[in-house]
Amino acid sequence: MNYRMIVHILGKIVLVEGFLLLLPFAVSLIYADGCSIVFGALAASLVLVSALVTARAPKNRVIYASESFVIVGLAWVLTSVLGALPFTLSGSIPSFIDAFFETVSGFTTTGASILTNVEILPMSILFWRSFTHWIGGMGVLVFVMAIIPLAGGHSMHLMRAEVPGPTVGKLVSRFQSNAKILYGIYIGISVLQIILLLAGGMPLFDSLVNTFATAGTGGFSIKNTSIAAYNSAYIDGVIGIFMLIFGINFNLFYLLLTRKFLQVLKNEELRCYLAIVALSVGAITLDILSLYENVGEALRYAFFQVSSIITTTGFATDDFNLWPNFSKTVLVILMFFGACAGSTGGGLKISRLVIMAKTVLREIKKTARPRSIISIKMEGKPVEDSVVNSTNTYFVVYMVIILFSVLLISIDEFDLVTNFTAVVTCFNNVGPGLSVVGPTGNFSEFSMLSKLILSFDMLLGRLEIFPILMLFSPSLWRKK
Amino acid sequence: MRIVIVGDGKVGKSLTEQLSSEGHDIVVIDSNPNVISNVVNTHDVMGICGNGASYEVQREAEVNKADMLIAATSADELNILCCLVAKKIGAKHTIARVRNPEYSRQLAFMREELGLSMTINPELAAANEISRMLRFPSALKVDFFARGRVDLVELKVHAGGSLENQTLSSLSKKYQSKALICAVQRGEEVHIPSGDFILRAGDKIYVTGSQVEIEKFFRAIGVLKQKVRKVMIVGGGRIAHYLARQLSETGMKVKIIEIDRNRCIELSDALPKAEIINGDGSDKDVLLEEGIAETDAFIALTGIDEENIIVSVYATLLGINKVIAKINRGSFSDILTTIGLDSLISPKQITTNQIIRYVRAMQNSTGDGVVALSRIVDGKAEAVEFTASPATKFTGIQLKDITLRPNILIACIFRRNRIIIPGGADSIENGDSVIIVTTDRTLRDLNDILA
Repeated sequence: MNYRMIVHILGKIVLVEGFLLLLPFAVSLIYADGCSIVFGALAASLVLVSALVTARAPKNRVIYASESFVIVGLAWVLTSVLGALPFTLSGSIPSFIDAFFETVSGFTTTGASILTNVEILPMSILFWRSFTHWIGGMGVLVFVMAIIPLAGGHSMHLMRAEVPGPTVGKLVSRFQSNAKILYGIYIGISVLQIILLLAGGMPLFDSLVNTFATAGTGGFSIKNTSIAAYNSAYIDGVIGIFMLIFGINFNLFYLLLTRKFLQVLKNEELRCYLAIVALSVGAITLDILSLYENVGEALRYAFFQVSSIITTTGFATDDFNLWPNFSKTVLVILMFFGACAGSTGGGLKISRLVIMAKTVLREIKKTARPRSIISIKMEGKPVEDSVVNSTNTYFVVYMVIILFSVLLISIDEFDLVTNFTAVVTCFNNVGPGLSVVGPTGNFSEFSMLSKLILSFDMLLGRLEIFPILMLFSPSLWRKK
Repeated sequence: MRIVIVGDGKVGKSLTEQLSSEGHDIVVIDSNPNVISNVVNTHDVMGICGNGASYEVQREAEVNKADMLIAATSADELNILCCLVAKKIGAKHTIARVRNPEYSRQLAFMREELGLSMTINPELAAANEISRMLRFPSALKVDFFARGRVDLVELKVHAGGSLENQTLSSLSKKYQSKALICAVQRGEEVHIPSGDFILRAGDKIYVTGSQVEIEKFFRAIGVLKQKVRKVMIVGGGRIAHYLARQLSETGMKVKIIEIDRNRCIELSDALPKAEIINGDGSDKDVLLEEGIAETDAFIALTGIDEENIIVSVYATLLGINKVIAKINRGSFSDILTTIGLDSLISPKQITTNQIIRYVRAMQNSTGDGVVALSRIVDGKAEAVEFTASPATKFTGIQLKDITLRPNILIACIFRRNRIIIPGGADSIENGDSVIIVTTDRTLRDLNDILA
């Protein structure tokens, strides 16, 4: 293990976080909400600490796969711990565990909150809370890579550990350009959404924070009733559509920019994603028809909720906890599905589902004709067996961790629906669950232990399990 | 530059490594998915899995926007086809590895009619390198710069030899030599020496000059070993074939030991002047019987690295002047110098170096005052070529009156096709090509060399 290089890169990440804290610092100056000292002092000390740590560059700059995974895992834990400090220091969330839960929920773009009343928080704290979504959505390390060249050739492992999906492709040959293109697209779509929200009469501050939460598919809202507070079909529509957009693989936007429209249209994952959305919206609309005045209203709420859940954002325009059981079940299933690989969304990812479905079909065919050789294809190209295997393994580990977490938090004696949906919603980075943790509820009732477990579930889900699991592998840390 | 490399074998891999670390945008195409995932994991490049000669794959790799395509798969035909497709799509330059002698005879046709910028034959290149080494048998390595016009000979300073503890100015006074020591490697460091630089045992010096001058210098310092007349080659592959032909032409007596009888017959047909022996070249008795002790140079060219190393060590122990071993896997070549094998050649490395030289020359010949640039001394120093123009501030002034920045040396002046190794009394005139050797990577203009 190249410990010096790990510390060096973590130091760079602290530096970037220090500079990011200047944004809420500026907000607190503008609104004079009394948090400017906290943000200013914290930003300055982070920059100072980073300068001390990274002052001497390590001689051996080579990192291999194991170091990369450790760096990604530690980077996320570290940014969350540091990002939680403003909440505690400003007194907005007195307990550090609560603040950690809230920050992890922000960076992992979950949107699960322990706050019972968000509307009383200072503006700068609200801004930072939502801004963590925006940074976490695309990835902390991808962001750092876009500005600072980190580790030369071996950066691919870093990217693979952070960008979700069964396989990770590059758009262009250089990492830094790759990271810049991704962030360029990300910023571009975000700006578009801000403009559209402003056009709908939303105040500037609200447009900004809601866009951060949409872009990262996070779901923190600055209103107690989430997006329902605006009570506008236009805003519902804009946010609903942009959530879907941020749930699409970002490589497809690059293809659009380079005018390869046909490839985008033929994309299997995208087609599948849109088909699932259309089917779910249809089914839920029919199911909840009796609750609303007309089809249009039912469609509006069904579309927004499906889009919010499948992209793992977690905004709400109505309390779906009160919907019929069929609709609730569809939404819980969608939590598992998640968005497309290479997007800012969480969950299992549509491409994994497609691969798994095809593997099952192959096994069925093989049972009938044992001698047949069937290759699994995705986007017209054969999927390697190693990818198929890792997808299946991923699913198994995913289920095991979910069940184990449910077992652990059931100590708190909530009902099964609460426990199960709490874990599912955290692990898949959605936000709200059902019953106690439904759209109008929150996670404040849970014990400290459960909050920590749920925080780790969020990290496991965002980094797709292995980078975090590896931190607990003793063989990795043992000196040779 | 945007460079597409087709075929990620040994040459492809080392090209990827070098070019990517020099900051080029690299796309690697290979049909083996494992190879691709490996290269993508270890280098900052993009990998595409597929047949590099197919139009679809080349479109995906955006060959149309590439500055260069290098085809280095194992098949000549595939390489040529890759280049043809790439050229039609719009790649600016194409380089193909073509090793079959039947194709390499039509090089001019391929360049002019098919539009290939460069073809490279690893075995021929290796043979050329070995013949160059045999011209100066006491040198460790013979390199060249300025597009092959000037030789650069690497030489070790031995303890107790005539070079040890001498300053460079005393050397040139003592031997009246016009050859120039333009770089000294001491340990890991490379120095560009001035007149008061003192040589120590173990230094590697790099001497440049015309062939005659270098020979004179070698004779003067007493290291010119007997000229090579008898050469023994073990292993009768393609390199041996090219090499034997080249050496026979210069009048050396060549003996090739090859284990395969049919190959022996082929060689005997093709090389009437050479003596072909059918036998196991790794067998000590065979070597002794064929007179290994009496040869001036011994070259191990079998396909197995281990065998080449063993027989070369044996030849070195017998006290043969010049022993050269072919090594395919270069990662351990450092340890071989510790057991006395200094002259190693690797066809893969030679191929890579030549392609990289081409890429660099192409990159550097655009813009700036730099005409050409080559890296010497394992890339630790640069030989930069400039053309003196009216803007040059020191034309017509004797060099001894000019103060240069440290670690800069004027190695060579070309005036109307004449090579001048400059002394203090020479001067640079308008229109001269000047070659500067330096460890400073920032030279952009001839005037930059002034202190």
